[in-house]
Amino acid sequence: MNVLQTLPVASRALLRNKTRSFLTTLGVVIGVASVISMVAIGEGAKSQVEDAFNAMGTNLLIVMSGSTSSGGVFGGMGSMPTLSWDDLDAIKQEAPAVRAVAPLLTTKLSLIADDANWNTQVGGTTPDYFEIRNWPVERGSMFTESDIEGNSKVLVIGHTVADHLFGAGIDPVGRTIRMQSIPFLVQGVLAKKGQSPVGQDYDDAVYIPYTTFQTKIKGGLQKYIAGVLFVGAKSSDDTPRAQTEIQALLRDRHHLDNGVDDDFQIRNLTEIANAQQEGTNTFTSLLAAIAAVSLLVGGIGIMNIMLVSVTERTREIGVRMAVGAKPWHILAQFLVEAVTLSVAGGVAGVALGMVAAGALADKLGWPLVVRPDIVVVSVLFSGLVGVAFGLYPARKASRLDPIDALRYE
Amino acid sequence: MLIELEDVTKIYTLGDQVLRALDGVTFGVERGEFVAIMGSSGSGKSTLMNVIGCLDKPSSGSYVLSGRDVSKLDRGELAEVRNEVIGFVFQSFNLLTRTSALENVELPLVYAGVPRHDRIERARAALERVGLGERLHHHPSQLSGGQQQRVAIARAMVNSPQMILADEPTGNLDSRTSDDVMALFQALWSSGLTIVAVTHEPDIAEYASRVIQVKDGKILSDQRQTPRRAEPAA
Repeated sequence: MNVLQTLPVASRALLRNKTRSFLTTLGVVIGVASVISMVAIGEGAKSQVEDAFNAMGTNLLIVMSGSTSSGGVFGGMGSMPTLSWDDLDAIKQEAPAVRAVAPLLTTKLSLIADDANWNTQVGGTTPDYFEIRNWPVERGSMFTESDIEGNSKVLVIGHTVADHLFGAGIDPVGRTIRMQSIPFLVQGVLAKKGQSPVGQDYDDAVYIPYTTFQTKIKGGLQKYIAGVLFVGAKSSDDTPRAQTEIQALLRDRHHLDNGVDDDFQIRNLTEIANAQQEGTNTFTSLLAAIAAVSLLVGGIGIMNIMLVSVTERTREIGVRMAVGAKPWHILAQFLVEAVTLSVAGGVAGVALGMVAAGALADKLGWPLVVRPDIVVVSVLFSGLVGVAFGLYPARKASRLDPIDALRYE
Repeated sequence: MLIELEDVTKIYTLGDQVLRALDGVTFGVERGEFVAIMGSSGSGKSTLMNVIGCLDKPSSGSYVLSGRDVSKLDRGELAEVRNEVIGFVFQSFNLLTRTSALENVELPLVYAGVPRHDRIERARAALERVGLGERLHHHPSQLSGGQQQRVAIARAMVNSPQMILADEPTGNLDSRTSDDVMALFQALWSSGLTIVAVTHEPDIAEYASRVIQVKDGKILSDQRQTPRRAEPAA
């Protein structure tokens, strides 16, 4: 007689009380299902945040001008341009951790193409911007350095703009868009990029050479940059180094003495992304912990019913002992019953949890992320719950005195 | 000698009251005897049966069963002895409910570690021997009292024990079925098995070859007799 042989005995005993076994298992089913679905939700949220930050660009720093202050009233970041075009060149050449730098000048304009019009964000920049933001052209081509030198009236457009001005499925490359009555030639359509972490549609924008922006759209040629700088570091490890290099360089170039505040601001998006990531991790662990508590409650349910079962079957235990069952045989029999209950609940819970996670992911528009390690751990843990909560009733059964057990009514 | 009891006592302490359920019992049983242990309730015969059946340990004295001193064994070892040497038949049959006759009879073989195929063959043979070859898959609730007791007897002998220990085996049966069951015991006895039956009914004791009377935890008398032949119903 080994433990495996007790399996049919256990399953038969459980099937005898189908409703009771089902209800007992339900606690574990719900526990495991909530662990699976909660972790899936947490992971889904995490991967969404991850996608959003990847869409912004990797190893990204944003450098902004400082704020004006007039009589104690601060105009906010970027309100007083302090970054010059020479600063941009200096960063490009003198900061070794920097891979690429690009300016971005923005405004909102109405765009007209044939009989359609669309109000959207217009950005003036260089091809480097798209390299920093990891944003390739999907159709047509990117404007070039010679377009920048020649103030060319060309643009690349985001997906959303293309759809609204020309309709989905129509190739806009080579078509004309008018901005402030000036015709621009569509040179390329950018790949779909999705949403920013705050839900802004990246694809609802068009981009033109920054020189064209200055001469034809807004502002004219100036010494200072009326926008922000996007900086790509060489690697994610280089990002903090790039930040210190740029800060030192700009302070030097702006002749800021020690003790004087920066007249610019550098934002490290990797840091923000990491903080967000940590936030979602905490969220996931919290959900999993709550779910684990319900699994424990399920275990208590199993213990409860196993105690009832031992009492009900006292006489059976007595008979088994009389015909030669050793204490460990009885222990194994009841333990296997408890573990069978809890593992069956665990497996059913995994199935239910995946269905629930799938439904939720569908509703929230999140990706469904089921981590196989969590599935394995949940099933193992439910088995462990069976052992932990089955042990006491099983021990109680195995320690019964055969004479008393046989006489039990 | 199959059973050798030497000055066996069993003392229960209830608070400050000391109850001597067995008080210096000494006797032996040879292989192939049919012994009836008689006594009224409270005489100590049940305690005696529990000790003989290795369900309980004596407080003092020695008990040698089939050449092995079993008075000092632990619970697991006693279970092994019960499994190999003794077959039990109880007053209330003590079959597992909602379990077929065949599976009930298989039970001792399960704990003896007999492979499944052998188990089924031997259980079937035992049931055929008690005349229930046609009811292998019936559950106890589908069998009469006499049939249930016959299943229990099949279970008691399936592991080829050296003795069958019966506790009031006919207590829950009417007189005609009792005769059937006693006939079965006598048939097993004539095939060489030792039978020890505990009873308070003189009618039943008549079927035995030896009657031991117990009173107040002591042996009152020990007599050999010519057993009455049971007449099995046709």
